[in-house]
Amino acid sequence: VTGELVIAICLAAIASGTSILLPALGEAITERSGVQNLGVEGMMLMGALFGYIVDIQTHNIVLAFVAAMFAALVLAAVHAFLSITLRANQIVSGLAVTLFGSGLTAFIGKPFVGAQAPVVLSKVPIPGLSQIPVVGPILFTQDLVVYATFILVPLLWYFVYRTRPGLNLRAIGESPATADAMGVGVISRRYLYTIAGGALAGAGGAYLSLGYTPTWVEGMTAGRGWIAVGLVVFGTWDPLRVMAGAYLFGFVDGFQLRVQGLGSTIPSFFLNMLPYLFTVIVVSLSSGERLQRQLGIPRSLGLPYWREERT
Amino acid sequence: VQASGYSALTAATAIVEGSFGGTYPISQTLAAAIPLATIALGTAIAFRVQLWNIGGEGQFYMGAFGATAVELIGGPAGWPAIVLLPTMLAAGFAAGAAWALAPAWLRAWHGVNEIITTLMLNYVAVLWVNYLVYGPWKDPAGRNFPFSPRFPDSASLSRIGEGQLHVGLFVPIVAALVLVLALSRTRWGYELRVVGESAEAARYAGINVRSTMLSAMLVSGGMAGIAGMVHVAGIIHLLNGMLSNNYGYTAIIIAWLARLHPLAVLVVSVLFGALVNGGYAVSQEGIPQALGVVLQGMILFFVLGVGDLFTRYRLRIVNTAAPAPSPLATSS
Repeated sequence: VTGELVIAICLAAIASGTSILLPALGEAITERSGVQNLGVEGMMLMGALFGYIVDIQTHNIVLAFVAAMFAALVLAAVHAFLSITLRANQIVSGLAVTLFGSGLTAFIGKPFVGAQAPVVLSKVPIPGLSQIPVVGPILFTQDLVVYATFILVPLLWYFVYRTRPGLNLRAIGESPATADAMGVGVISRRYLYTIAGGALAGAGGAYLSLGYTPTWVEGMTAGRGWIAVGLVVFGTWDPLRVMAGAYLFGFVDGFQLRVQGLGSTIPSFFLNMLPYLFTVIVVSLSSGERLQRQLGIPRSLGLPYWREERT
Repeated sequence: VQASGYSALTAATAIVEGSFGGTYPISQTLAAAIPLATIALGTAIAFRVQLWNIGGEGQFYMGAFGATAVELIGGPAGWPAIVLLPTMLAAGFAAGAAWALAPAWLRAWHGVNEIITTLMLNYVAVLWVNYLVYGPWKDPAGRNFPFSPRFPDSASLSRIGEGQLHVGLFVPIVAALVLVLALSRTRWGYELRVVGESAEAARYAGINVRSTMLSAMLVSGGMAGIAGMVHVAGIIHLLNGMLSNNYGYTAIIIAWLARLHPLAVLVVSVLFGALVNGGYAVSQEGIPQALGVVLQGMILFFVLGVGDLFTRYRLRIVNTAAPAPSPLATSS
């Protein structure tokens, strides 16, 4: 019985973790390029709602994910324009994205609240691998999005650390002026990675509304976008560590849901606090400016770059 | 608004009439501005030292919690209003400041990102207040609604005129005046300014950067806490789990639009009070209220785009005159 419980919690951990992993990966590459986008929460909500609406209209889940990524990407583009071209304060611009995204989705989503999504992500066991005891049911009896992240994470890691464009990505986040002098287009790449980060946030949102809890509720992300931003810090902008952080979060979340499901005497309010407190603790443990420098915080994170102002 | 299929003119007229058309709407607008202004004053203080306290929402809830805790002791014990209300105010400040303490300490001493910590604690605060009103603090006579017992008159701020406006109106006004004086005339205000410009320079000038940051954060959280107290004592007269209509987040926009100046915060808050209040009027025209939030976001986008451009060009002129630009000034 305990074995089944562990498997159930791990399954929940991966499901919950994946909804954080996608936006966290997106934010990691956005921040690697030197742009901080605190609009993840708003972009996830856009993805969750628009994915859900397209799913209802077309019964096509692939189209739904595309729509979700596009809706979130539009908001990311607004942030990119404000913070890269107009060089507005990135923190405030990101907050504006979140506020705008939550307001707009609350407004547009009103008629849809509570209805079930018609076509949802289903578990696709991988023949053979899913038969392995313990590991099989946890890792290889998942939906396609989870498998996609299994491939995406190592690919992103390879891209960031082992390829020329990945080197350029790190360069524009570390020292944009140097990168610019080397002939690397700082502005265009920052746009690209900010928008790509937005698309991943949208996918994470759609994973919530079409997979994890297949419905639409106003503000359904409940801080997951912010937790993703925190896990990027914990994951030191490294896709593999971000993945570890996301699953760790998922484990805490899955654990508290299980405990609630078993009818614990601890009031659910306190159990619901756990994921948030966990994030505070994890971010605190991995912070400290000197530590961050060693671990690889992009040195120009949050600083706009303009060629004429080069010093 | 137009794009969403409603007449922009109808919406605009409804907002203006619903906010400023007559004494009753004006008093409702001012009432809506009270929590916004009070939180935003605190937010502005933290932002001035480049501390991004976005925990106003949670600190607001904790302030309401602190005030209610005092009311639950002092109300039944029959404390007179003159004792009870100031104690509630102090408790609100203390609870809000306490909620900002951990993020402030983590940031100033350990360099932990305060954006994440203050934001996570918002969710914890809301859950905590909900736990209380669904559990130990639920009104036994409340037909099982998740509310605390209603406050006695001794724990309520008196009303001004017909609408919801109450004497709590003077809280943000007095606080703004005090802050203006504190920022311009005291050593603390000077230290805030220097730390805000450059923590490095402040360190060389012998300013204790950590304690300056800590004090700014505590004042910031405390102001949001006061706002929570004023809200429960002035408007709803009980504690519940849906105290805030995104006040803490709206306050961030207000503080930024006001360029972190206390007196400007008051003015901008009245405009946003009109937007919140006008939002109700708009919803009576059949246009949903969430559109108000969308409008707020769009205003912020616009001001960020246009407003920051203006500041930068002004700063640029200064920069050409004195070729030693502060990186912090140009990046903001």
